[in-house]
Amino acid sequence: MLNSDTIAVAMSGGVDSSTVAAMLRADGRNVIGLTMQLWNQRRLAGHEGMPESVQGRCCSIDDVYDARRVAETLGIPYYVVNHEERFERDVVRPFVEEYLAGRTPIPCSLCNNHLKFDQLLIVAQQIGADKIATGHYAQVVFDEQSGRWLLKRPADKSKDQTYFLFGLTQEQLSRTLFPLGGMTKPEVRELARQHHLVIAEKPDSQEICFVPGGDYKRFLEAYLTEQGDIPADVGGEMVTTDGKVIGEHAGVHNFTVGQRKGLGVATGSPLYVIQIKNDTRQVVVGKDEELYSRTLRAHRVNLISTSELREPMRVAVKIRHKHQPAPAVIESAGPDEVRVTFDEPQRALTPGQAAVFYDGDIVVGGGWIENSE
Amino acid sequence: MRRVYLDNNATTPVLPEVLEAMRPYFGERFGNASSIHHHGQETRAAVERARESVAALLGCRASEIVFTSGGTEADNLAIFGLARAGDHVITSTIEHHAVLNACKHLEAKGCEVTCIPVDGRGLVDPADVKRAIRPNTRLIAIMFANNETGVVQPVAEIGRIGAEADIYFHTDAVQGAGKAVIDVNKVGCDLLAISGHKLHGPQGVGALYVRKGTQLEPLLYGGSHERSRRAGTENVPGIVGLGKAAELAIAGFERGDDQGMAAARDRLERELLEIEATGLNGADLNGERAPRVPNTTNIYFDGIDGEALIIALDLKGLAVSTGAACSSGAIEPSHVLTAMGLTRDRAKASIRFSFGKQNAPEDVDFALGLVATTVARLRELSPVWNKVPARTT
Repeated sequence: MLNSDTIAVAMSGGVDSSTVAAMLRADGRNVIGLTMQLWNQRRLAGHEGMPESVQGRCCSIDDVYDARRVAETLGIPYYVVNHEERFERDVVRPFVEEYLAGRTPIPCSLCNNHLKFDQLLIVAQQIGADKIATGHYAQVVFDEQSGRWLLKRPADKSKDQTYFLFGLTQEQLSRTLFPLGGMTKPEVRELARQHHLVIAEKPDSQEICFVPGGDYKRFLEAYLTEQGDIPADVGGEMVTTDGKVIGEHAGVHNFTVGQRKGLGVATGSPLYVIQIKNDTRQVVVGKDEELYSRTLRAHRVNLISTSELREPMRVAVKIRHKHQPAPAVIESAGPDEVRVTFDEPQRALTPGQAAVFYDGDIVVGGGWIENSE
Repeated sequence: MRRVYLDNNATTPVLPEVLEAMRPYFGERFGNASSIHHHGQETRAAVERARESVAALLGCRASEIVFTSGGTEADNLAIFGLARAGDHVITSTIEHHAVLNACKHLEAKGCEVTCIPVDGRGLVDPADVKRAIRPNTRLIAIMFANNETGVVQPVAEIGRIGAEADIYFHTDAVQGAGKAVIDVNKVGCDLLAISGHKLHGPQGVGALYVRKGTQLEPLLYGGSHERSRRAGTENVPGIVGLGKAAELAIAGFERGDDQGMAAARDRLERELLEIEATGLNGADLNGERAPRVPNTTNIYFDGIDGEALIIALDLKGLAVSTGAACSSGAIEPSHVLTAMGLTRDRAKASIRFSFGKQNAPEDVDFALGLVATTVARLRELSPVWNKVPARTT
């Protein structure tokens, strides 16, 4: 019989998750390796501007091969589980729709919420593993005082992935291990070498796993063509903040708030995308200083360190992955909605990105940026 | 941990007698069967003996057997050996990928392909085959027995239709050979593919029966091996193993092994689906009431994910399968079950159990206990399964 100490490790074939499997195995835990097959990298090959042979990062046969080799080296059972349908429904389609609606999505958070810490956790339980472990750089600890599971920033701040994990529920956190939370990346690589893992020197992945070469525009076009779903007319006007029409654009999905290059209009001073109006399909451009705002509203908020926001709370808020958390006050603005007021105006609050609230190293919660005010 | 293997349609263990027969040909009997000296004569004799054994299994002449690298090559040799640009080929939606994807490639090469659907039992209707015939129809490729359901197709009727219309008939009998008695003359086929490792022979060897007089273009060019139908030095140990496996299959039929296997399979089905015994409702056979080879059963368990079930069972020692593995090893819903009209969810909730000669009656008991408890547990954790099942009384 499998005992309660069985842990399913989400293995991508990369150095982080492979090292997690090695660490847990060395700890004497019962480890089962699982790789999620999420996207067929060859699916859009040759479509509308996509390269004939697509070398995506994730779910490639090479990565599965690597994960399988690691599992074999460690002597653990290993399986690939197919979640392509759910991934397309819960991650790829929303990703495409967000861009078409003029927002800038974060598919990694959707994947964590709907696949890794949902579907994979279900599979893990079904096959007799109570917990899953991943190679994320984050920490999860149980706080006796509040009786809540806390998500905390990792020891290696440069690798902090808590921004993508703000959606985890208490139930999910209670079943999750982040064994790399106390380690630095160089330490992880060294451990991988000590365990003779073939992937010890494998480069880190950076881009969105299903978008080859990071070219999301080409991906959108190829995906929409494949679906026979190209919106008839996605173009619109380019206007200045005072309402003057200065040009046209070929679709709101080509723009991100704060973007400077590729606007297709020439004026004396540098112009930036200030706002994307989905209803009128207008792209509003202006000067850099017009990009700053002090408040934002976040919706579909998930709170972690506390069950509710009874009164305004002083926190630091991160509005994109590479953003330095900025001091702010958060307060409830309705069910699952939070208003964020920064001490200092912040540049390019981007709808579709996440606003994640920190109290020191502790993640208070987070939500999706709806708009700046 | 005790391990029970009920995935014999994927591959079968090599029987000890087969291994013994092969052993000298990995060692002292190493000759190239084309060599004129003693060493060559020794292996040539072994290859031809094996050819006679395979011919005896299929009821044909030894000269009509071409050894290949396996079932896939045998199917490809039959299909690409006959069909030319402009030809029309008839096949079915439930073929193995060795036939299905070969036919897909034929389309790219300028052939027309008609895929005959199956009914809810997984059977091709010979009348559909007849209706699909066109003036330029060159080949009918319909399998003997399906790998996922075990359903035996009405090949003799299809053979008659082919003969009347003077159209070549190829049947993929990879899942039939060794399980059902096959006589190529009763089937009325011109070509028939088998694979060594599906009948307790080794992997990497197969054979194609080619009716005398059939003009077949080779896939491989080289020496004049296999009467110039398959170039390349013979895989002597493999061929010897296949020959021995064929002999053992014939002996098995004489002993009635197939009936014993059917009895074990039927008991697994019956007891698994007996609600009083297992408490499992929402489960039934795929391909019921159709003729089947004796070793295969395919059962759906509503509310479960077949992928999770086979992993959970594997972790406890029972090897079974579901669907088809793609290149990464992930599982996709079976095209055979969806072709039979199953919903994707039900296809994904289906498990194949397939017996081999090595299985003992206790294996059925092991599987029964494990499957019942595991399905029940998976359903408890399932977000889609109705937690209060309507128990039939």
